[in-house]
Amino acid sequence: MSTSPQAQTGKPSLWARHKIFETNSILLILGILIVVSIGGLVEIAPLFYLRSTIEKVEGMRPYTPLELAGRAIYVREGCYNCHSQMIRPLRDEIERYGHFSLAAESMYDKPFQWGSKRTGPDLARVGGKYSDAWQLQHLNAPRSLVPQSIMPGYPFLATTELDVNRIAQEMRVNRMSGVPYTDEMIANAVTDLRAQVDPDHPQADAFQKRYPKAASRDFDGNPQRITEADAMIAYLQMLGTLVDFKKYDNKANLR
Amino acid sequence: MAQMYHLLASIAQSVGVLYFMGMFLAVVAYALWPRNRETFDRAASIPLKDE
Amino acid sequence: MAAAQHFSMRGNETIGAGLCAAFGVLFLIIAGLTDHSGYAFHMVVMALASGLGFYAIVNRAAQGETRHEPLEINGRPNYNDGPVRFATIAAMFWGIAGFTVGLLIALQLAFPALNFDLPWTNFGRLRPLHTSAVIFAFGGNVLLGTSFYVVQRTCQARLAGVLSPWFVVLGYNLFIVVAGTGYLLGITQGKEYAEPEWYADLFLTVVWVVYLLVFLATIWRRKEPHIYVANWFYLGFIVTIAVLHLGNNATIPISLTSPKSYILWSGIQDAMFQWWYGHNAVGFFLTAGFLAIMYYFIPKRAERPVYSYRLSIIHFWALIFLYIWAGPHHLHYTALPDWAQTLGMTFSIMLWMPSWGGMINGLMTLSGAWDKLRTDPVLRMMVVSVAFYGMSTFEGPLMSIKAVNSLSHYTDWTIGHVHSGALGWVGYVSFGAIYCLVPWLWKRERLYSNRLVEWHFWISTIGIVFYISAMWVSGIMQGLMWRAYTSLGFLEYSFVETVAAMHPYYVIRAFGGGLFLLGSLLMAYNLWMTVRAVAPRAEDVPANLQHVPAE
Repeated sequence: MSTSPQAQTGKPSLWARHKIFETNSILLILGILIVVSIGGLVEIAPLFYLRSTIEKVEGMRPYTPLELAGRAIYVREGCYNCHSQMIRPLRDEIERYGHFSLAAESMYDKPFQWGSKRTGPDLARVGGKYSDAWQLQHLNAPRSLVPQSIMPGYPFLATTELDVNRIAQEMRVNRMSGVPYTDEMIANAVTDLRAQVDPDHPQADAFQKRYPKAASRDFDGNPQRITEADAMIAYLQMLGTLVDFKKYDNKANLR
Repeated sequence: MAQMYHLLASIAQSVGVLYFMGMFLAVVAYALWPRNRETFDRAASIPLKDE
Repeated sequence: MAAAQHFSMRGNETIGAGLCAAFGVLFLIIAGLTDHSGYAFHMVVMALASGLGFYAIVNRAAQGETRHEPLEINGRPNYNDGPVRFATIAAMFWGIAGFTVGLLIALQLAFPALNFDLPWTNFGRLRPLHTSAVIFAFGGNVLLGTSFYVVQRTCQARLAGVLSPWFVVLGYNLFIVVAGTGYLLGITQGKEYAEPEWYADLFLTVVWVVYLLVFLATIWRRKEPHIYVANWFYLGFIVTIAVLHLGNNATIPISLTSPKSYILWSGIQDAMFQWWYGHNAVGFFLTAGFLAIMYYFIPKRAERPVYSYRLSIIHFWALIFLYIWAGPHHLHYTALPDWAQTLGMTFSIMLWMPSWGGMINGLMTLSGAWDKLRTDPVLRMMVVSVAFYGMSTFEGPLMSIKAVNSLSHYTDWTIGHVHSGALGWVGYVSFGAIYCLVPWLWKRERLYSNRLVEWHFWISTIGIVFYISAMWVSGIMQGLMWRAYTSLGFLEYSFVETVAAMHPYYVIRAFGGGLFLLGSLLMAYNLWMTVRAVAPRAEDVPANLQHVPAE
C-alpha cells in the first residue's frame, strides 16, 4: 500500500501520529469520509422522524394516476427551473400566493419540486386560481394571455397522447418508498385515470371514493382523447388544494 | 417519533458545536506544531521539482 | 488467460473486453425491449461505446508486447499523458458548447420567441443542459485532466493502470453525452444539478470508483513520503462527490426498460438531501477540486512554493468540515425546521474564514514575484480567479444570512452570485490551467500568442462584469418589487410587472455572456495554433520521450 513513513527522528510523540495522515492515503480518505458524513447525518437524520408528528393536517392524499402522470410531465419539461412550489412565511408571499407551504403538503412528492428560482410565479397554490381553458391556452401560447410573459409555449402537450402504459408500475414504485397507494388503487390505475377525465365514466364513483375530492372533468376540452395537457392541467389544478386551512391550527405546529 | 426527533435535533444543536471546536483546534495544532515545519517546507516544494 | 503466440491478453484486458461484450449485448437487448425511443437511443449509444471499447482492447492486444509502456525511462518516470490530453480537449469542447447553450438560454429569457415552442428547445430542458455542460462536462474534464497530470508529477510516478485511466476519461464523457441528450429528450430526474436518470447515475458510479482507484493507486506509487496538499483536495473532491452522488440519487427505476425512476426520499427529506448534495457539489466539485488546481498550478507557474503550507492544511480541513453543513441555507424560510436553517446559516458564515484563508494563500504565493503578473497573462488569469474566489465566497455567506436571503432567494441575485464564482473563479482557474497544460502536454516551447491570452482575459473580464452587475441589479430590484407595498397597504406590483422590468438586464446579461463565449473561442484558436504552429520544446528531441503511442 503506502510507502513506509520516513525514518522518525527524535522520540515518538503524540504528534508523530499526524504523519499518518500525510503518508497514508487510506486514512486520509477515512478522515475525509468521517468529517463529511457527520455534517450530513446530523442535519438529515432527524428529518426522517419528522413526517407525521410535526404537522397534523387533514386532506393529504397520494396523487391520482392522472395527477401523477401530469407531475411527471411537469418534471420532464423542467418547470422547476423557473417556478417554485414553496411559499415562505413572509407577509408579501402569503398575500400574493396564499398560506405558507407546510412540509406535509409535499410529503408524497418524489422528487420534491420546491424549486430555487422564480423566473415565473410560485405555483404551490396555483390550483383553482384559473380555469382549465385559461391553463390550456396559457400552456399553448402564454403571451396570448399575458403579453409580457417570457414563458415558453408548450402547444405539443395538447396534441400528444398521454402514455398510460406504466402508470400502475409507477404507483407501485412510489409505494415501495412510502406513498400509501393501496392494492385497489394500483389495480385500478388506468381505469381511475380514464375516469378522472370523464365524469360520466362508469367507474367515476369508485374513483371518487379512492381519491376523495379529486377534480373529475375533461381538462383539455377535447373529450376524444387523453392528452398530456389533460394530465398537466389536472396536476396544476390540484396544487395546494388538498389541505383544508380552515381546520389547520398554525399554533399547534410551531417548530 | 416525536421524542426521537427532539432527541436527534437537540444532539445536532449541541454536540455539533463541540465537535466543530475540537476538530478545528486539532487541525490548527497539527498545522502549527513546530516539529512538522520541516516536513511541510519539503512538501511545499514538491510541485517545483523538475519533471 | 488466452495464450496465443503474438496475440495474448492479460487478465485485466480479458476482463475488460468481456465486460464490454457482455454489457454491449445487454444494452442492445434493452434497446430492443423498450418502448421509449429516447431510452432506446441511449442504449444503442452505450452499446456502440461498449463495442468500440471491445474493439480497442482487442486491437491493442494484437500489437503484442510493444503495447506495454515501462514505468520509468532512464530512471525518470514515464508519465502517461494520453488521458490528460483527451480530457483537456474535451474540456475545451464542452466549455464552448456549454457557454453557447448558456448564451442561448440567456437570450430566451430576453426574447422568449427563441424557445420555438418545441419540446427539445424550451428553456426548461436547455437550462439543465447548460448547467451540466459547464459544471460536469467542462469542469469535470478539467478536474479529470489536471488531477491525472498533477498526481503523476507530485508523486513522480506513472499513472496507475493501463486501460482504467482511459475508461475513466472516455466513460465520463460517455456519461456526459447520455446525460445531456437525455435532457433534450425529456429524460430527467428533476433534481437540480442531479438530473441524469438512474442508468446514467449507475454508470457514473462505476466510472467514479475506477477514478478513485486509479488516483489512489498512483499515490501508492509515490517516492515522496508526503502526499502533496493538492492531492488532498483532489481526494476530498473525489470521495465526497461519490458520497453525495449515492445519497442524492437513491432511486428505484420503474422498470429495466424505462428510463424513469422515483427517488426513495420524499418532500422535505428529499429537499434536504438535494441541497446537501447541491451545496456540496459547489463545495467539493467547484471548490475543492479547483483549489487543488490552484495549489499546483499557481506555485508551478510562479515558480515559487505556496505561501504557507501550514495554512493550506488548515484550509483543507476547515473547508471540508464546514462546507458539508451549509446546505440548509438553500432552504431558508421553507418548511425545513428552523434549527436546521440556523445551523446551515451559522456554518455558511463561518465558511467565510477558510475560504479567505485559501484566497490569501493563493494570492500571497505571488509575493516577491508580483512583476510576473505584468509579463505573464496566464498567471494573471489564475490570480484574478483567486480574487473572484474571494469575492464570491464573501458574497455567499452574506446571502446565507436569513434576512438577506429573504430578499435574494428566488431572484437573479443568486444567478449573479453563482456566475461570479463559475465564470470568475472556476472558469479562469481552468483557463489558466489549460493554458499551462497545452504547451506542457504537446511539448511546445510556449503558447502561440500571449497577446491573444491578453485579449481573452480582457474580453471575458468585461463580460463577467456586465453579467454579474446586471444580475445584481435585476435580482435586488425584483426582490424589492415583490415585497413593495402601496401607501394603502396593497402589493404594488403584479408578478408579470416584475418580469417585464427584468428585460433590459436580461439583454445586458446575454451580452456579457456573449463576451465570455467570444473569449473562450479566442482561447480555442490560440491552443489549436499552439499545437499546430509552435516549435517543439528543445529538450524533447529524443524520440523515445516524445513519442507516446495512442493506447
